[in-house]
Amino acid sequence: MKNIWAICKKEIKTYFTSPIAYVAITVFLVLVGFFFHSLIWWFNSQSLQMSRNPYYFQQLNINQMVYSPLFHNIGIILLFMIPFLTMRLFAEEKKMKTDELLYTAPISINQVILGKYFASLFVLLVMFLLTGILSIFTFAYGNPELSPILSGYLGLFLMGAAFMAVGIFFSSLTENQIVAAVLTFGTLLLFWVLNWASFSAGGIWKDVLNYASYFQHFDDMTRGILDTTDVVYYLSFSFLGLFLTHTIIQSRRWR
Amino acid sequence: MIEVEHLTKKFGDLKAVQDLSFKVEKGKIWGLLGPNAAGKTTTMRILTGYLPATDGKATVADYDVFEQPNEVKKITGYLPENIPLYPEMTVSSYLNFFSEIKQIPTSKRKEAVNRTIEISGLESVRKRLIKNISRGFKQRVGLAQALIHEPQILILDEPTTGLDPAQIIEIRQLIKSLKGKRTIILSTHILAEVTQTCDGVVIINEGKLMASDSLEKLTASYEEREGIFIRLRVGGKEKVSLFESISGAENVSFEDDGFKIEWTKGKDIRDDITKIIVDNELGLIEMRPLAMNIEDLYLKVISGGVDQ
Repeated sequence: MKNIWAICKKEIKTYFTSPIAYVAITVFLVLVGFFFHSLIWWFNSQSLQMSRNPYYFQQLNINQMVYSPLFHNIGIILLFMIPFLTMRLFAEEKKMKTDELLYTAPISINQVILGKYFASLFVLLVMFLLTGILSIFTFAYGNPELSPILSGYLGLFLMGAAFMAVGIFFSSLTENQIVAAVLTFGTLLLFWVLNWASFSAGGIWKDVLNYASYFQHFDDMTRGILDTTDVVYYLSFSFLGLFLTHTIIQSRRWR
Repeated sequence: MIEVEHLTKKFGDLKAVQDLSFKVEKGKIWGLLGPNAAGKTTTMRILTGYLPATDGKATVADYDVFEQPNEVKKITGYLPENIPLYPEMTVSSYLNFFSEIKQIPTSKRKEAVNRTIEISGLESVRKRLIKNISRGFKQRVGLAQALIHEPQILILDEPTTGLDPAQIIEIRQLIKSLKGKRTIILSTHILAEVTQTCDGVVIINEGKLMASDSLEKLTASYEEREGIFIRLRVGGKEKVSLFESISGAENVSFEDDGFKIEWTKGKDIRDDITKIIVDNELGLIEMRPLAMNIEDLYLKVISGGVDQ
């Protein structure tokens, strides 16, 4: 545990002494802020129109009309941003040959992987916490329900964590950061749209493709519904990513 | 302390190291010598547990490198060839990071970092980012990283490449100051380094062991000729012919303000030389045996004139 923490601390420090984390977080917040603003503006205009009709006015729901699409947008922003947050993690070590020092120190490969993974989750957490500022406005001027927002965030976090694991895996494959980022992005996008293929597929494949795609799991979550199947899906995705990373690093030594 | 037995490492079809065996005693500095691509780095990587060997056995302080890699890693300090550094970290945070992953207890970490900074002469740059410090300092940071947990074993892959002469001397002195306390293997292709810092040498070429022994024994066994260097108060170059007249004297030359005289091993002519000096009242100031030059030795061993 101490070793994992040591690696994690080092990675967090590197994120925040280089411009990477600041740039990523700023761009993320600008985009989220823009989407939030647009959604609120739209919600306000709808409210204004519907205020004349009490029945429809009852139907207005800030959770459904602002948060649900906002979470959807955040998910897409993460799809673009996460490859840049993870590309460095192993590729850089290999390029600088510092991996030689890590693997000759009395720590295990798993500890290195987990340390780096947790550091990337920390950045994700900072990003999400900063978007919490937006909710101050909705709670001050409206009456959204808290629990769907929290479960939406939790779902997003689990998805982001799965994305990070994919990114870490590709970073361990190459010493070129661009290659790692492109492969990560391509894979994430492919899994996102995998359910499209289920329209033409038949039988069991339809279900398999639907299950494998993020989209299906993500859609429920944006509405604040957190199903155990979704949680299991994301956790197993993360696990698979990290497990494959371990396999890659281990096998490289034996070649 | 370090024992390598029949070590073999293959990368696909390429045999990087073949049937390599050698031994290093506790507290000694041994040089791993060989041309580029001889298998020096591979050998060191196997010893540090970075690469697994294809065959053979390596023990470091009674721990098998393959069976108990973690025990070996705890007592080994390693400086790879191209000093691996994190350019975005400061010197002290870099060392602090390594003090953590090398399992130094929290309470002793600060002390370990400070001590290492002092030994390696990094005081003036401790707060600076590694990317902004000079090559010489970077090398010291790399060495400091290897020293931080006070390892019994130090494995240094070409610790002086890319440094200027003054820095080379400083690093060498630093290494020499560790002698006795630690067992050190260093690889190099600078021959002078071996004579100046090492107790023994392992010479490898194309992954095969060419020779392995203490420096004196090695030079002694490869020398076919012996020789002395003498310096006289009276006379210069013109006296060369005087010594040439001794039967058995070979390669008489006047260099460095003195005479070099050689003879075939076993046919000692030192008595005759002293006799001439005394008879001609030349005034002996200095007389010392000529050791075989490490360059000659190296070339001889590498070129394959060996049956060890």
